[in-house]
Amino acid sequence: MDKNINITVKVWRQAGPKAKGAFETYKLQNISQGSSFLEMLDVLNEQLVNKERKEPIAFDHDCREGICGMCSLYINGHPHGPDTAVTTCQLHMRRFNDGDTITIEPWRSHAFPVIKDLVVDRRAYDKIMQAGGYVSVNTGCGVDANAIPISKIAADEAMDAASCIGCGACAAACKNGSAMLFVAAKVSQLALLPQGKIEAARRAKAMLGKMDELGFGNCTNTGACAAECPKSVSLSNIARLNREFICAKLGD
Amino acid sequence: MSWLSSSSIGRKVVMSVTGTCLVLFLLFHASMNIVAIFDSINGTEGYEAICEFLGANWYALVGTVGLGFLVCVHIVYAFILNAQNYRARGQERYAIPGRQKEVEWASLNMLVLGIIVVLGLGLHLFNFWAKMQLPEILGYYPESGTELIEYTFSQWYFVVAYIIWLAALWFHLTHGIWSAMHTFGWNNNIWMKRWKCIANIASTIIILMFACVVLYFFGSSCACCA
Repeated sequence: MDKNINITVKVWRQAGPKAKGAFETYKLQNISQGSSFLEMLDVLNEQLVNKERKEPIAFDHDCREGICGMCSLYINGHPHGPDTAVTTCQLHMRRFNDGDTITIEPWRSHAFPVIKDLVVDRRAYDKIMQAGGYVSVNTGCGVDANAIPISKIAADEAMDAASCIGCGACAAACKNGSAMLFVAAKVSQLALLPQGKIEAARRAKAMLGKMDELGFGNCTNTGACAAECPKSVSLSNIARLNREFICAKLGD
Repeated sequence: MSWLSSSSIGRKVVMSVTGTCLVLFLLFHASMNIVAIFDSINGTEGYEAICEFLGANWYALVGTVGLGFLVCVHIVYAFILNAQNYRARGQERYAIPGRQKEVEWASLNMLVLGIIVVLGLGLHLFNFWAKMQLPEILGYYPESGTELIEYTFSQWYFVVAYIIWLAALWFHLTHGIWSAMHTFGWNNNIWMKRWKCIANIASTIIILMFACVVLYFFGSSCACCA
């Protein structure tokens, strides 16, 4: 049974990319446990603007149904909070208790610089996608769905990899600041399908090269990325990326 | 082959290749050590024969230089990877660093475990290699391998140091072995659990083989004193 709770929220505030940030503490009364985490932040912002006459907290959000990849937030030591396989927008306040202190931080990674408060610049992932995360064959007009035979196993694995929403939780959770799970998912979703195999070697080299160039770290297979991924993208995709990359380099 | 140093996967491949070679050497070394126990029980001299075979002969010297090279590359790459990863984390660190129950403790502490392993290696080289192969290379007569084992493992402080060293090595191998296979790309959802199981079994066998020599000769020395 959901009830109303009183909580303390510690939020990272930072005026701009170059400004020095610090935690600020706020008290919130009568927060419904039925509300989402982002709705709690909306209530906090209303309190800051209307009652305390302060700048609202900047945080990323868009679809609020777990598919756009915009929400982020490192909540109590976990990307997207303490729940498993959900995004921050799907996290509910019933995961917290009356009297709890909730610490909210932005993603911490060299490649994800803070823009303001809890908003980080995740364009590094867009640049990796632009480097090779696509199929550039001439598709022409629409073809019959079953014209190219694809095994059920490959289709399922490609779909699982394609469920990656590019939120950045993998790099945020990784102690090495590595984006390997993201790159692995984006390489796998195409490498598993016949349409993607044609450019598989070029894609693996280009996307990994861009990841390294943007300052992400080296993967050491800790598995923190897969454990924190809101879409449960499997660590085995990283093995596939390794395989694709090594074969591509040996084939040069 | 510049990708072995210029790309993140290439650097990991180098770590995995050198690590795998060193694991195979550990298996060989542990098998060799076990002979010392059989000698002690049966009164044979198999271990001395192995020491003589692996003295300052050309193949043993080539093997030693090769091993030294593998160890150096593994260590240098480990520090390079860790320095790059430290930078990649950014300047600000999390106020509340999270811990996921799925993440092995060893995987988060490979550098620290590796440093303990290297320190133990230094002690081991001082205790044995510096008194066996090194004098032979320099033209002196080497000390008896069996006597060195009996002396070293009769001292409680060496026994404690070796057990700590072996425990660190066990943790290092439990992550290192399956992680190497993962880096080579020889893994998927089915083999993930299998490789982790194989890594745990292989690490445990290797470490038990080393540890039983340490404990057997420590026990023998205690029995002699009693």
